[in-house]
Amino acid sequence: MNLLAVEDLSVEIGGAPVLRRVSLALEPGETLGVIGESGSGKSMTALAIMGLLPRSARASGRALLGEVDLLARTEAEMCAIRGRDVGMIFQEPMTALNPLQTIGDQVAETVRVHRRASRAEAQGVARLTLERVGLPQARFPLDRFPHELSGGQRQRVGIAMAIALRPRLLIADEPTTALDVTTQAAILDLLRRLVAEDGMGLMLITHDLAVVAETASRVAVMTAGEVVERGATREVLRAPRHPYTRTLLAAAADRPMRLPRIARTPLLKVEGVTRDYPGARRGLFGRETPTRAVRNVSFTLHAGESLGLVGESGCGKSTLTRAVLGLDALQGGRIVLDGEEIRAGEAMARELRARIQAVFQDPYGSFDPRWRVGRLVAEPFHVVDDAPGGEARTQAVAAALEAVGLAASDAGRFIHEFSGGQRQRIAIARALIIRPKLIVLDEAVSALDVRVRAQILDLLDGLSTRYGLSYLFISHDLHVVRAVTDRVLVMRAGEIVEAGPTERVFSRPTHPYTRELLAATPVLEMAG
Amino acid sequence: MRSLWIGGALAGAFALAALVSFVWTPWDPAAIDIAAKLRPPSATHWLGADHFGRDVFSMMMVGARVSIAVALVAVGIGMGLGVPLGLAAAAARGSLLDEAIMRGNDLVFAFPALLIAIMITAVFGPSAVNAIIAIGIFNVPVFARLARGGALALWQREFVLAARVAGKGRARISVEHVLPNLASLLIVQGTIQFSLGVLAEAGLSYVGLGAQPPTPSWGRMLAESQTMISFAPWLAIFPGLAIVLTVLGLNLMGDGLRDLLDPRVRRARA
Amino acid sequence: MLGYVANRLASLVASLVVASVVVFAAIEVVPGDPASYMLGMNATPEAVAALRAELGLDAGPLARYLGWVGGMLTGDFGVSYTYRTPVSGMVADRLQVSLPLALYALALSTAIAFPVGIWAAARRGTAVDAGVMGATQLGVAVPNFWFAMLLVLVFAVNLRWFSAGGFPGWNAGVWPALKALTLPAIALALPQASILARVMRSSLLDTLGEDFVRTARAKGLTRGQALRRHALRNALIPVLTIIGLQFSFLLAGAIIIENVFFLPGLGRLVFQAISARDLVVVESVVMLLVFAVIVVNFAVDLAYAAVDPRLRRRV
Repeated sequence: MNLLAVEDLSVEIGGAPVLRRVSLALEPGETLGVIGESGSGKSMTALAIMGLLPRSARASGRALLGEVDLLARTEAEMCAIRGRDVGMIFQEPMTALNPLQTIGDQVAETVRVHRRASRAEAQGVARLTLERVGLPQARFPLDRFPHELSGGQRQRVGIAMAIALRPRLLIADEPTTALDVTTQAAILDLLRRLVAEDGMGLMLITHDLAVVAETASRVAVMTAGEVVERGATREVLRAPRHPYTRTLLAAAADRPMRLPRIARTPLLKVEGVTRDYPGARRGLFGRETPTRAVRNVSFTLHAGESLGLVGESGCGKSTLTRAVLGLDALQGGRIVLDGEEIRAGEAMARELRARIQAVFQDPYGSFDPRWRVGRLVAEPFHVVDDAPGGEARTQAVAAALEAVGLAASDAGRFIHEFSGGQRQRIAIARALIIRPKLIVLDEAVSALDVRVRAQILDLLDGLSTRYGLSYLFISHDLHVVRAVTDRVLVMRAGEIVEAGPTERVFSRPTHPYTRELLAATPVLEMAG
Repeated sequence: MRSLWIGGALAGAFALAALVSFVWTPWDPAAIDIAAKLRPPSATHWLGADHFGRDVFSMMMVGARVSIAVALVAVGIGMGLGVPLGLAAAAARGSLLDEAIMRGNDLVFAFPALLIAIMITAVFGPSAVNAIIAIGIFNVPVFARLARGGALALWQREFVLAARVAGKGRARISVEHVLPNLASLLIVQGTIQFSLGVLAEAGLSYVGLGAQPPTPSWGRMLAESQTMISFAPWLAIFPGLAIVLTVLGLNLMGDGLRDLLDPRVRRARA
Repeated sequence: MLGYVANRLASLVASLVVASVVVFAAIEVVPGDPASYMLGMNATPEAVAALRAELGLDAGPLARYLGWVGGMLTGDFGVSYTYRTPVSGMVADRLQVSLPLALYALALSTAIAFPVGIWAAARRGTAVDAGVMGATQLGVAVPNFWFAMLLVLVFAVNLRWFSAGGFPGWNAGVWPALKALTLPAIALALPQASILARVMRSSLLDTLGEDFVRTARAKGLTRGQALRRHALRNALIPVLTIIGLQFSFLLAGAIIIENVFFLPGLGRLVFQAISARDLVVVESVVMLLVFAVIVVNFAVDLAYAAVDPRLRRRV
């Protein structure tokens, strides 16, 4: 007997179909992974089951929870079902909780809307539930506010709200995507434990194949609003039948064949660098005490090398990156590029600036929306003294665009006409156009879907060979770093805790934190 | 889109009336004609005549000049001073300069335009210029705050980082990247402040702190009509309607522009 | 929490100091000598000298500034030149009209705007919403003193429900006094209520789109419950800002409206003082109004902290 059976679920928004005849089944105590890239309709499926579709949406088909067709319920009936029989947790723990209400009240509310419980009873249930999700009384009293908790802790509160009444079905929509890898591992552990303890069904929606491989017993693959493949996780991963599943798996496993480079000449030397964040301003003259974000960090990057810098959010890697780019002043130590010291801001020599460029994370925020691509790509010419003008500049832009696999004619278009992957290509063209020696890649592929990511990594690999580029590759994603770097630095709490050749660090980590990181990273075991 | 057209048409009609008044009005707005005294609206005096027999419609056309000129110049002052201050504050975020600009803004907010006008008038005597200065000063922090807030968000964007990596200084980035991306926000706020300026000018000239006789202004026409409201209500109703329709037109135009210029709305429509 | 209050209090004092310097300096730049300015062209040198002595103009600016501030702190606002009476007494009398009027209008404006704004947000996209938006669009455009004149025309001249102006004084009883303030308060409140209702609506709509409202719905709350228990309080923060700003507009508006209704408030006082060139009175009234605005903004800051726990924690 299925716990949940979705049958021929179709959804239209304003006449445009977003889901086409989706069918899924889930048994009690089972975890179903729903996998797909952004826009594949996986979240829409969850919202349809919850009866929380946007008002303009029309759903047809059936979603049976036991005997009850959720799609045929009235809004009032759904209110009684949501939170009691079906719980749901969301992607963004930072915004999913009401900032003005204590965590105890928010968890207790689940109880109070469904049962005639007194405030004290409801708070009692909240207390027990918070204990269950790993937020003990001593450190997390009920009167804590969300802003006093970390992202992982907030996600635990979100889970507590969803499971307070021990629902039969839990829907988790990208529950760990916004979290660091070690936190992700802990949250996935928690979900597995709760499923086992309560015997509930878990529908785990994610874009991450490795997360599904580790957590779900069965999987459904979605693309363009349809389920294209479903089955036991092991079977699907081992022998994917649908072409889409195959490209997805291939892309996730993609590793450019990176030849080890023999690098001897130091290009970038970071020597004992310390960076503080100034404290928040208090009144006209006062300031709070500064926070030390990077402490006494040293490393060398050689010419032609691809150096990885990994760490979780808040470890100081972004701060270090900004210092290397000459954007912020140092509080200690020095950074030397090609024999010359990097200074912050306008104090940095133009010739030196021209030797280092960057590609940033956000394919949407990296470009001035009011500029055409040609002007955007040519912007770094600002630092070059004998920058080409007129026709020569147009030629240079065309060459840069073609080098990253775009057309010369794209120079006349605006940035909103391009997809995320194309935008990162444009960002690379912009970094490339003045032929720097070093390109800093700050989470440059983190926002991309897995197939696009693989293409961009291949492109970067090709370019480094072709132009003799060095990369400083900053990422939280260990898979990616392993795929594209020669050496790697592991950063934690402002310090570099381990450094070495990438394969050595990944296969034989020496520092406990590196081991913890590696252990927490979900692995996609390819049996084929 | 509809609100943009309706609003633009309303505001444009008054602007046109103000312009036409330079070359033509149905009657000489200053001509006293005791025979026409307090005549209600008719074919000869379209909107009636006041207690001196002056033509209300003609006075309103000339009054539109004052309203529009005062409000427009005040917006110019507010934008001209406020936007550079806001951009500078955002570019030097967290610095003493930023803090000083923001505290200065807070301080100006403690002086409603009317109080500034009262102080200026107490010292220099009433005039339309004082009204402009008073409303203009009050507009400065409005634009400074808006520009700073918008610019701070833009400074967080990665395209600004990219420009800095390209070696551009803060001033250049403010002009090349930040200001163009704020333009639509500033234009929308400009129309709103314009409409508030029309309201404020009417209020100031109503209490005698604005344009002085014999220059006709909507606010003063209302002040003069007040004692006659029971037997000559048209004297109060028409200038008031002119203010309402001008302000309404400008506000509708602002809403329409917001929808037109806001990329989020545009994308939703596409 | 204490730290936050102390911080805001320090900022309040700083604002007051700077504001007093600005007001003092503005009056200082009077062309020529304040004494001869106040007395006009035809004053005898003896009269000017006497007034100079009375105003303490022989002392340096710093000493006079400190004297002025010190006097205000002890309730001594100086002596009106035209009325020959202490300014503090005059101001206190007039404040009994102006302050209740502004507060009455603020209460009305809030009482109207909250339900209307919430109603429109809850019925987003319906005829109710469109009607509210249209009516408030019009309300925002109406000058309050003109609206006041129309109210007089309809309710005082034609219907005779209210008197067209004047104030019986609080000694005549609370009801007659409140009744005399009702039309002025409505005239002041309606345009402000239109603004506030629009802010309430858009703030609430923004908040209703937040993730935590969706979370609340996933817990089984109805749309209405999610709005009342989660969205409303979060939507209040920008609304508070506007209420604070509106108070200064209401005070300024009260000054103008008093002229329509012939109310013996600060507005009448200050305009009489301007025409009589009585700078002592102008200076005091302006400073008093600025003080009121700054104190209200301080109160708004405290209200933020009451609503938002994130502010309470920080220094």
